[in-house]
Amino acid sequence: MYKHSLMLFLLLAVSALSAQVEKGSIHIKNGTVLTVTNGILENADVVIEDGIITRIGKNLKTPSGAKTVDATGQFVMPGIIDAHSHIALDAVNEATHPITAEVRTGDVLDPLDVGIYRALAGGVTATHAMHGSANAIGGQCETIKLRYGTFNPNDLKMEGAPRTIKFALGENPMRVHGEGGGLMSRTRMGIEHVFRRGFSEAQQYLAAQEAYNKNKASDPSAVPPMYDRRLEALGDILKGDIIIHCHSYRADEILMLMNVCKDFGIKRLVFQHVNEGFKVAPELAEFGAGASVFADWWAYKFEVYYSTAYNAAILTKNGVVTSINSDSGDYIRHLFHQAGKTQRYGKLTDNEALRLITLNPAIQLGIDDRVGSLEKGKDGDVAIFNAHPLSVYAIPQMTIVDGIVRFDIKEDGNDQRLAPDPEKVDMMMLNYDEDHRCMEGTGEALFHNH
Amino acid sequence: MLVLVVLLMTTASLSAQVVGKATKGSFLLKNATIETVTKGSVKGDLLIKDGKIADIGSGLSATGAKEIDCTGKFVYPGFIDGGTNLGLIEVSSVSLTQDAREGGDIKPFLEALTAVNPSSVAIPVTRVSGVTTVIAMPEGGLIPGKAALINLVGYSPDEMYAGFKAMRMNFPSSAARGRRDRRSEEDRKKAEEKTFKEITKLWDETKLFAKIKAAKATDASIMQEYNPTLEGMIPVVEGKLPLFIEVNRSADILSALKWIKKTGVKAVLTGVSEGWRVADSIAAAKIPVITGPVIGMPTRQSDRYDRPYANAGLMAKAGVTVAIRSNDTENVRDLPFHAGFAAAYGMGREEALKAITIVPAQIMGLEDRLGSLEVGKDANLFICDGDPLETKTQIEQVFISGWEIPMNSRHSLLYDEFLDRSPGIKN
Repeated sequence: MYKHSLMLFLLLAVSALSAQVEKGSIHIKNGTVLTVTNGILENADVVIEDGIITRIGKNLKTPSGAKTVDATGQFVMPGIIDAHSHIALDAVNEATHPITAEVRTGDVLDPLDVGIYRALAGGVTATHAMHGSANAIGGQCETIKLRYGTFNPNDLKMEGAPRTIKFALGENPMRVHGEGGGLMSRTRMGIEHVFRRGFSEAQQYLAAQEAYNKNKASDPSAVPPMYDRRLEALGDILKGDIIIHCHSYRADEILMLMNVCKDFGIKRLVFQHVNEGFKVAPELAEFGAGASVFADWWAYKFEVYYSTAYNAAILTKNGVVTSINSDSGDYIRHLFHQAGKTQRYGKLTDNEALRLITLNPAIQLGIDDRVGSLEKGKDGDVAIFNAHPLSVYAIPQMTIVDGIVRFDIKEDGNDQRLAPDPEKVDMMMLNYDEDHRCMEGTGEALFHNH
Repeated sequence: MLVLVVLLMTTASLSAQVVGKATKGSFLLKNATIETVTKGSVKGDLLIKDGKIADIGSGLSATGAKEIDCTGKFVYPGFIDGGTNLGLIEVSSVSLTQDAREGGDIKPFLEALTAVNPSSVAIPVTRVSGVTTVIAMPEGGLIPGKAALINLVGYSPDEMYAGFKAMRMNFPSSAARGRRDRRSEEDRKKAEEKTFKEITKLWDETKLFAKIKAAKATDASIMQEYNPTLEGMIPVVEGKLPLFIEVNRSADILSALKWIKKTGVKAVLTGVSEGWRVADSIAAAKIPVITGPVIGMPTRQSDRYDRPYANAGLMAKAGVTVAIRSNDTENVRDLPFHAGFAAAYGMGREEALKAITIVPAQIMGLEDRLGSLEVGKDANLFICDGDPLETKTQIEQVFISGWEIPMNSRHSLLYDEFLDRSPGIKN
């Protein structure tokens, strides 16, 4: 009993804490404001009050109690959004079954990960904390805001963001479950079947629930289908309540998943990595699927051998909503530079390139009404640079989340860990392998194998 | 004259690549801003002839030379990457396409040049970015083998070879290999001591082997066993062949400096990700450094987030000779961006540019041939429309050893084919 009441107390304490995400007021003065949706405003101010952008314009008045930031000579842009990341996670892969739709990365958030701070130091304010790519249908993911400083995992969650789930095609699920476990999916045929079987079973489950709900008033002996968290999640995808974010590389498998989704009436679909997306850009545009790509990664595995760094440019010019993601604790720190590469490879305009790391990932995560551009009424998530953020010489100066300064190059100390173990010397690792975690937990020694 | 024209035509191309043929001849680059790196910025013309920079000046003319109008354009020396696996690894997760990492621990007899694949798809992808010359490195074990400098043009390793080799060594360390390294600190230290003993033994045996070999030269009755390991180590031990010592942790760097002093090897430190912690010691020892990747992760959780970006600049400020490498395979083309980050985080643009041009050339003793735009040097250079460290800049034409390089790669060819796909879905 004592144990139960303690648990209850802890639960209450946690929920009380999570209800109070810290918000702040800031007046950013006299910067070059890259709004993304409304052009470039020179010598302009951005006013954030209680975590929300309330005004953008020239010579604005500082609200009482607001912190002021002089951005003279600096570039002010929306906080960068990473649609594919594994930072702030205690575990990445539940690699025990080709379908693990019931697990959630939101249950294993790690607010102490110094990787969160390092991403902030690259101007990032929100990330998509994704399950790994071991299973054809992986776990549900969590869209988080980088509120580094909190010890409460729930504070990281972006309240109200749509639910998302990780799918995976190609070599990773083939290797883990096919070669590794002797299960279907050993081939790309098997992967398609995993999807069709999963969705068909979910359809039956929903039909049984519906029949029960219809009959229970008139039929006292009616029995509901046994509650199944996996089928609940798959059913929610069918209902359109969960956005699929699918790890993918080859054109044929991309087409396959679009066909499966068409057959099951699923419309909310974003392809991740999607190195051969450029080959099927018209099909992606017609479906309305998003593409979240690497700027220039290729050739690290066979299914990305026939890739091009011009992928983002081809997709963009074909009308596909495209973003550039990191999938890495390293690359998340310089997504602005990755976006800049689309100007070398495909000559995207400044605004097209900036959209790849702001508004477009926000659209793909279903949070574009809240973040992704500097507009009145949107969240006060801002990154400030000393030069144009697409320049190789740009250095992030300050990153603001909900009006709170979470990174300040002038104020922050060298060691930004929140809870270092005083007993332990922080030794250098010869191979620093924390930056690529897409296949972590699969029992494979997978370094640089996304 | 006719004979000459026929000769020119027959030698004019290096046969076919998927990306097209390179062309040799004379090229006159007119009205360019010539960034010489060693002699400032010059407005004028540059003449390429017989694979060399034949002239730099204003109002140059040359009969028979192909003129390229470079008004508003810039000319830079080709970038040199001081450490890559280019040509040795095609697809890193497909083991049979990996030629960088032979089995075994002490392999001085291995030649990276042998396994360089001139048809690697990554080579055209790399060179169109202005990276013309790279060191291809073998990997793994205490002595992975010999690294070689290659120009990114040609159809055989010998044709690509750019005149420099170095032995590689992975310096012993008691550091953990990564998060999955479960060995105790004590076990790691024991392993480190064991490696040091192996090194001492290797040096002693090589010296003895060299002595016997020398004696054998004058006394034919002396028999000597075939021993490629000791044979391969002789030039290293005698300080004739440069030794590239891969070392990253600060404590290991200090220990490497001591060891270099003791053995008298001709050393270059590579990697050196914690060089900033011990930069003064490296400077005092006057050992040059090839560091990178610059765009990478801090080596410790407690380190400031930008240490890898700042490392090259911090070492250079302390007086260390610093070249920058990508340490990459398929994305060696990022080398100018590594230099760009180093420039922004304290090294300054001029020094960062030198770190991928003249400095690596000097470290290899090839500064009379490579690394800057000077009359008589190899025609490794490129034309671009802006600052080549900037992502936005377009690299328009690359020359390597005087060959006019086709500006295509798998990446650009796929762009050409798929930007406006035909058939599409509506036509």
